[in-house]
Amino acid sequence: MTEPAAGAVTDRRPHPGVRRHHWIVRLTHWATALLLAGMIASGLQIFEAYARFGDRGGPFYPSPFTGAQFPAWSRLGGWLAGALNWHFALAWPLVTVGLLYLAYLVGSGEWRALLFRPRDVPGALAMMQYYLRLRREHPPQGKHNPLQKLAYTSIYLFGVLSVLTGFAIYKPVQLGWLTALFGGFQGARWWHNLMVWIFVGFTIVHVVLVFAVDPASLRAMLTGEYRGRFPSHD
Amino acid sequence: MTRSTDRRGFLRLAAAGGVASLAAACGWDGGNAVRPLLLDVSRVNDWVGEHILFSPTRLAKTYTPAERSVELPSYFISEMTPMLRDPRAWRLRVDGLVRQPLELSLDDLMRLPRTSYTVKHHCVEGWSAIASWHGAPVAAVVERCQPLASATYIDFRSFDAGYSNGWDMASAMHPQTILAYGLNDQPLPPAHGAPLRLYAPTKLGYKLTKYLVSMTFTDRRPGGYWEDQGYPWFGGV
Repeated sequence: MTEPAAGAVTDRRPHPGVRRHHWIVRLTHWATALLLAGMIASGLQIFEAYARFGDRGGPFYPSPFTGAQFPAWSRLGGWLAGALNWHFALAWPLVTVGLLYLAYLVGSGEWRALLFRPRDVPGALAMMQYYLRLRREHPPQGKHNPLQKLAYTSIYLFGVLSVLTGFAIYKPVQLGWLTALFGGFQGARWWHNLMVWIFVGFTIVHVVLVFAVDPASLRAMLTGEYRGRFPSHD
Repeated sequence: MTRSTDRRGFLRLAAAGGVASLAAACGWDGGNAVRPLLLDVSRVNDWVGEHILFSPTRLAKTYTPAERSVELPSYFISEMTPMLRDPRAWRLRVDGLVRQPLELSLDDLMRLPRTSYTVKHHCVEGWSAIASWHGAPVAAVVERCQPLASATYIDFRSFDAGYSNGWDMASAMHPQTILAYGLNDQPLPPAHGAPLRLYAPTKLGYKLTKYLVSMTFTDRRPGGYWEDQGYPWFGGV
């Protein structure tokens, strides 16, 4: 994974860059960020048409967003039909990007560095102890630490879940078995909405960690080349 | 060398991100530049819904009358509940590409085979409600009017300020697609489309024409009140 030394680039930086992210990873990362923003914004506009989760007359699933109206800047589409058309148009490229990313991980073997497996549990606990200052040394790790693996594995699964709940809402009769799996039409709406807040929370933590811990990783996600403090991780 | 292209890529990305947030900020529906593209994709989604996801034989789940929702909203586009001046003079006109045009009274429709079910209603807004409906299957009318082979769509029209819906033949022939004259064991009330409305648990509510006056068989895809304003044409669930 390491570049053939710094010969190609005359540079006075102490660390020679290392190749970290393949262009497919960078492309799918940023495309996902944009498309997901569009999906969430149009989704909030769609939500406004019936801002609760439950059949007419109730009872409603518990949600802090019952009756909520989200600020205009956070909504896309202008009205229900406009938002639906955005939502159902952006869904195609978003799923395509998700599958392209998965295909790359499988084809390149990079999934091994990202997939959280049972054997990562002790490492994840050690990492947690390190973050909680219960342990002084940073535990040894590969490209990603076990907590990162857990985050990147689960966020992909949440993505899958949001697609499945989306289909369950889209075709509750034709895909009735899927809709039933999520507790029916209103249950699927509730789960679909929960995914939104998981994505929002993930994104906030993700961005904070980038700037707080390793700002050089932002550049790596743009250019593919990493010149930061943790090159040994690769 | 790669650095400058990367920078350009980043600027492009930043520009796109800026456009996207601006779009969100303005409640943008795509404007004249993007809206047609979104509608094109919507047509693709209609095609997928009609030809891949829709099954002409799969039945929507049915419920027991005890499971009916306590609330069932009703909508019409007229300012007041559309009502007939002379209900006895009302007829359903069946015409267009048919061998046998028909004028059906409510009694004629009640003499046709009767289908009744308790199903979940799905509104495009996201609400749902369970109710019981009874009426004559559209398929029974099709059997009597004998559409020509070229008839691939039905244009359902109402006396509610020109409200209408276009339907594909396969959805219309689904065994749960009915011309409903009853709701929750009672005659269809004016708020819900009296004397006759289209009903099907396989479609979103806005496809279910109330206050019916005619169904016209045609070979050209008819538009509809909400469909022409941007809502998905197929509207299947």
